[in-house]
Amino acid sequence: MSTRTIKVDYLARVEGEGALHIKINDGRVAGVQLQIWEPPRFFEAFLRGRHFTEAPDITARICGICPVAYQMSSVHAMEEALKVKVEGPLRSLRRLLYCGEWIESHALHLFMLHAPDFLGYEDSLQMARDHPDMVKLGLQLKKVGNELVALLGGREIHPINVRVGGFYKVPAKEELAPLAERLKWARDAASQTVAWVGGLPFPEYEADYEFVALRHPEEYPLNEGRLVSRRGLDIPVKDYEKYFQEEHVPHSHALHSTLKSRDQGRGPYLVGPLARYNLNFDRLSPLAQEAARQAGLGPECRNPFQSIVVRAVEMLHAVAEALGLIAAYEMPDAPAVPVAPRAGVGCACTEAPRGILYHRYRLDEAGLIQEAKIVPPTSQNQKSMEGDLAQFVAGHLDLSQDKLTWQCEQMIRNYDPCISCATHFLNLRIERA
Amino acid sequence: MPRKKRPKLAVWKFASCDGCQLSLLDCEDELLAIAGELEISYFVEASRAVVKGPYDLSLVEGSIAAPHDVPRIQQVRRISKFVLAIGACATAGGIQGLRNFADVQEYIPLVYARPQYIEALETSTPISGHIQVDLELQGCPINKRQLVEAVSAFLQGRKPVMPAHSVCLECKMRGNICVQVAHGTPCLGPVTHAGCGALCPTYQRGCYGCYGPKETPNTASLSAWLGSRLGMTEPELLRLFRTFNAGAPAFRQESEAHEH
Repeated sequence: MSTRTIKVDYLARVEGEGALHIKINDGRVAGVQLQIWEPPRFFEAFLRGRHFTEAPDITARICGICPVAYQMSSVHAMEEALKVKVEGPLRSLRRLLYCGEWIESHALHLFMLHAPDFLGYEDSLQMARDHPDMVKLGLQLKKVGNELVALLGGREIHPINVRVGGFYKVPAKEELAPLAERLKWARDAASQTVAWVGGLPFPEYEADYEFVALRHPEEYPLNEGRLVSRRGLDIPVKDYEKYFQEEHVPHSHALHSTLKSRDQGRGPYLVGPLARYNLNFDRLSPLAQEAARQAGLGPECRNPFQSIVVRAVEMLHAVAEALGLIAAYEMPDAPAVPVAPRAGVGCACTEAPRGILYHRYRLDEAGLIQEAKIVPPTSQNQKSMEGDLAQFVAGHLDLSQDKLTWQCEQMIRNYDPCISCATHFLNLRIERA
Repeated sequence: MPRKKRPKLAVWKFASCDGCQLSLLDCEDELLAIAGELEISYFVEASRAVVKGPYDLSLVEGSIAAPHDVPRIQQVRRISKFVLAIGACATAGGIQGLRNFADVQEYIPLVYARPQYIEALETSTPISGHIQVDLELQGCPINKRQLVEAVSAFLQGRKPVMPAHSVCLECKMRGNICVQVAHGTPCLGPVTHAGCGALCPTYQRGCYGCYGPKETPNTASLSAWLGSRLGMTEPELLRLFRTFNAGAPAFRQESEAHEH
């Protein structure tokens, strides 16, 4: 028997530590393991006994790339437990803050982590030697997103201004004006980005994904909506745990998630930009829809390598959305609605840049957390990632070892995996016989 | 004239959220210039290219919290001329250091269904608990301006300009009204290391100590004040000092003083 191994011991240009190990026996894929050796940090354990007001600051520390997502899911879950509703300008400011995180996170992944693969560079600094204008444009787009987060949140990483009930301090309308000017530049830059990534060479590959995302009656989803899927799931977020289940496998410190479907038992599913786009194309701003069409993307896209185009489209949408929110903003009378502790259970799901992020908390009458459950997007995607790798490798066994290894890494980067989040998660090895 | 050989930079990650090394990529205006002055030789989050060590400057993010990281940090020291520990995880054990106050064996089943697959140390400890560290930058997350200053100082062979005073002083410099005295909002500003620019009080909330203790902090006096004047209870004081820098000695001792 001949055995071939593809292995990458420390997967680069992803957030966190993981490895890939693929074993090929006699020309057949015998096993795919995404290994996550990021040390576990036990957030759900030490949240027990903490006060509900601490959850947004503590859970932000799960991820330095998408802290706003953790803050948004935690405050919405707490507000459900405490029977509080945040509406009007405070709701708009939360959306605006989330737009900032989408812009900086998508720009980081697109320009710094993902685009170099398509053009054959090992990193964006190498890419900058031949494409200095696009790299500089990418850095400035990222900066605009960060400026938005820093203005509303106090700083880019682990913002300090988010609380259960709203904010500590809200900006006056005129404070947002300089940002609107920067966002107008970003709107053109993001349009240019969509056109640029639309012209990249994409490996041929499609998969029959079960996409899962939030869906809102009017908006492209951020903080609210029902959970829907391509194969007909349509449930309120409070039913999440009835349909989605986590399991623990030996090769990973990240829990794997599966979705129960009526006819096919439990299976993998996909969250993130590709899922949101396929399920919510009609909710994108007209500008983003038009840019997508011009870049050759229809309302349906099942090639994960094209997720780079979808991220650019979402970045453009987030910029347009932010401009709309700023134009309509009126400063509220108070920075937060009053919140009083009470016993209860609350859950929430929001759309982190990488996909749905679920939080559930149980509180006692003093407002202390008795139980916490957090399901990050990357762990939900692990099974789909392993499935994609098996299918991709099986179709590309003729490639050289170096080329196949690189394309497997690229396949993983399609997902923009965040291992720090998922560890609760990635190391890459491919073994051939 | 031939170009001078650039010093080699490596970036290492241990248990962390990635936020502090992200601060380097967040230097959008300076990044290309930094890459011109330093050869970015090992930075897995940003590049699949690896230039072999030894390295002139190693940035170390994260705490030591898993068995395989104990020999790895020793290896980092062996191949690095200058080790700069960045962030609360690397300088104080981080939020995951909360396990140091509990039994980790009780934690594991709360998160993971099959604890036999988990490899974790009983404690989460700072880098300085394992190797000699040449410079530390406190903060959860670090301030990217301080990072640029530390790297510039390294390149110029001088001491970095790092204020050692408290957040209180930063508040005065910004002209903030004291949230604790004027509004009765509990604030760790008097005992917390400067570096953030007094962000929280500027946003009308109390400092929660994410930059860790300043030099010689009088935590006991602050606790007494918070208890007697603002009516904070013992469990509230314990939680106040036991967050992102729970393992820093001054904060650890203060939180333990409220353990009953």
